[in-house]
Amino acid sequence: MTTLSRPGLPTRASPRRGDRAFVLGTRGFGFLIIAILIGIGVVLLIDSWPAWQTFGLDLVTGTQWDPIRELYGAVPFIVGTLYTSLIALILATPIGLLTAIFLSEFADRRLATPLTFTIELLAAIPSVVLGLWGIFVLAPLLRDTLDAFLISTLGWLPFFAGPSYGFSISTAGVILAIMILPTIVSLSREVLRSVPNAQREAMYGLGATHWEVATKAVLPYARSGVIGAVILGLGRALGETMAVTMVIGNKDAVPVSVFEQGQSIASKIAVTFNESTGLQSQSLIAIGVILLAMTLLLNGAARLLVARTTRGPGR
Amino acid sequence: MTITSPRRLGALALVAALAVGACSSSASPSPSATVEPSMAPSAEPSMGASAEPSAAPATGPTIPAGDGSLTGAGATFPAPLYQVWFENFGTINPNIQIDYQAIGSGGGIKNITEQTVDFGASDAPMKDEEIAALPAGSQILHIPTALGAVVVIFNVPGMTDLKLDGPTTAGIFLGTITKWNDPAIAALNAGASLPDADIVVVHRSDGSGTTNAFTAYLAAVSDDWKNGPGAGKEVQWPTGIGAKGNDGVAATTKQTNGSISYVELQYATQAGLSSASMKNADGNFVQGSTDGVTAAAEAAAPDFPSDFRQAPIINGAGPDTYPIASYTFLLVYADQKDEAKGQALVAFMHWALTDGQATEKDLGYAPLPAPVQQKTIDELHKIMYNGAPIWGM
Repeated sequence: MTTLSRPGLPTRASPRRGDRAFVLGTRGFGFLIIAILIGIGVVLLIDSWPAWQTFGLDLVTGTQWDPIRELYGAVPFIVGTLYTSLIALILATPIGLLTAIFLSEFADRRLATPLTFTIELLAAIPSVVLGLWGIFVLAPLLRDTLDAFLISTLGWLPFFAGPSYGFSISTAGVILAIMILPTIVSLSREVLRSVPNAQREAMYGLGATHWEVATKAVLPYARSGVIGAVILGLGRALGETMAVTMVIGNKDAVPVSVFEQGQSIASKIAVTFNESTGLQSQSLIAIGVILLAMTLLLNGAARLLVARTTRGPGR
Repeated sequence: MTITSPRRLGALALVAALAVGACSSSASPSPSATVEPSMAPSAEPSMGASAEPSAAPATGPTIPAGDGSLTGAGATFPAPLYQVWFENFGTINPNIQIDYQAIGSGGGIKNITEQTVDFGASDAPMKDEEIAALPAGSQILHIPTALGAVVVIFNVPGMTDLKLDGPTTAGIFLGTITKWNDPAIAALNAGASLPDADIVVVHRSDGSGTTNAFTAYLAAVSDDWKNGPGAGKEVQWPTGIGAKGNDGVAATTKQTNGSISYVELQYATQAGLSSASMKNADGNFVQGSTDGVTAAAEAAAPDFPSDFRQAPIINGAGPDTYPIASYTFLLVYADQKDEAKGQALVAFMHWALTDGQATEKDLGYAPLPAPVQQKTIDELHKIMYNGAPIWGM
C-alpha cells in the first residue's frame, strides 16, 4: 500500500560478493514467481488444447454441459461464479467497510483489539468447515426465514422467484460474503488507520460531525486502498471452491433466481475432475483457463478503476 | 499457437512437476491400505466355513517367495472391502504388501492407463475410447470382485414405505412427476397417505459409479430417460440439487423435506433414511439388499458375455431380483511386466474371488454368485508373463 524507501546502506562496508549474491537472489525469486504464474497458464492451455480445438469459442459461449453427448460449454459456470461473487460483494462491502470505519475511527483500543483479532480469526476457519456449517445450519435457516420472506414479498421479481430449498446461489453468496469479510475489514482498517491524523483534526476543527469526518476526510483519502481491499475479496470469492460446492446446489444450468441451484467454475472442476477422462477432463481444464482469465481481467479492470478514481494524496 | 519442441519439453517438465504435487497432495487424506501384518485384526472371519460355495480348483496360483509389493488405485466404493481384503491376505502371505489409494474410478483408469499402478479399480467398466487410450498392444482385463446395490432413499415426514416402478422413478428424476400425491405414485401405493408436497430430487454432483448404475437403470426402464439425460457416471440432470459423494447426498436428503435421491445401500442404512421398494422385471416389489443383488447377478449369469464389461445386472429377471445394481471391477493388464508382481497379483485376486468373498456381506457388499465367480476365476488364466500364463490351467 505504501511505497517503501530504499533502506540506507550500512555504514560498515559490506563484502561486495555476498551483497551481489543477495541482490541476485532476491531478483531470482521475484522472477520465479512470475515464471510460476506463466508456467501455470501455459500448462493449463496445453492440457486443455484438444478441448479448445474441438469446441473453439463454444466452450466459452455454450450453455450445455453434457458428458454423455460430449458437449461442453461454460456459460452456466461463468454465470454461477459471477452471480455468487456479486452477491458476496454486495453483502460484504458495506458491512466490511462500516466495521473497518468503526474499528479505526471510533472504537477504543480495549474493544478494537479483541474485535480485530476475532474478525481475523474468521479467515482462519477452514472452508470445508464453513461448508458443513452451511449445509447443516445456514441453508435450512435461510430457507425457512430470509428466503421465505423474500419470496413472499419480492417473489414477483424473477430474481427472487421461489421455491427455496436452502441450497442455492444466494446461500453460496452469503457463505462467500462471510469468507471475504475478514479480508475487506482488515485491509480497509489498515488503510483507514494510515490516514494522517491532521486530516481528521482539520475537519473536526471546522466543526464536522463523526459522519462528515469519516465520509469527507478519511474515506476519500483512503479510497484506492479500500477498493483494493474489495478487489482482493473478490479474488477470493471467484476462486473459492469447497464451501461453495457444499451449498450451491451443483446444477449445470444458468440460474435466474437467487434461490435456484447453480454451479461455479471452481466448484465444477473440484467436484468432477477426479472421475473425468479424455475430452471431459480437457474441457474441465479449459474452464480453469477461463477462470484464470476472468480473475486476471477483473483484477486488471479494478486496478484501472483504482488508478482512475485516485485523487488526492491517497495511494 | 505453435509449440516448438524445447518449449514443449519445458512445459512437460512443469506438467510432471505439477502432477506429482497434485498426486501427493490428493493422496495423503485418502484412505490408504498398506498391509502391515502386525496390525491384522485379531478377530479373523472364519473363512471357508461360510455358506458361500467356493468353486476354486484344488491348486491355486503360485505365490511368489520373495518380498513383493503391489500398488493399486481407483474406486472409492469398494475401498473398505479392499482394505479388509489386503489385511487378511497380508496375514496369510506376510511377504506381499498391497497399497491402495481410493482416488475414484476415473483416477484408477488414468493410473492403470499410464501404468503407474499394478492394478486399477473402477465401478463403471472402461469405455471404448478409454480402452483405445491404453498402451499399444496391451489388453486389459476386467475382474469383477463384488456387487453393490443402489437404493432410492426419500425423506417425507410420516412416510416410511414407498413403492416405485421404473417409469415412475424415471418420471420423478426427469421432473415430469413433481408432487408426492401424483396419480402415478398413488397407484403404486394404495392406501398410503401421500402429502400434497413438491418432490425435491437430490443427485450426485461428482462423477460416480453409483450414478452410472442408477442412470443405466433409468435408461433401461424409460425411453424418455435414454433419449434425454442418458446413462453414465455424470449426466445432465433435468432437475434437482446436486451434492458430492454418497454421504453428501444422504446429508442433503436428510436436510430437505420432500426429497428423493439414490445412494449405495450402506449409506442409506447409515443415514437412517427409508428406501423405496422397487418393482423388478418379474413385477415383485423388492427392497434393496445384498441378497437381492446376488440374485440379480445369478439370474443373469447364463448371459454373462466374454467381454466382462458388458456384464448384465440391471433390471434382470427373477422373483427376488433387485433391479438397480452394479459390478465393481479390478483392472489388470493381461501381459505382466514383472513376474513376481504378476504372481502376487494373480494370487491375491484368486484369494479375493474365493476366500475373500466370505467377508463381503458383513461389509454391505454382495458376493459374486457361483457361476460368475467361476467365470471370473477362469479369466485369471489369461494373465501372462513373457507369453506364458502365470497360473497355468
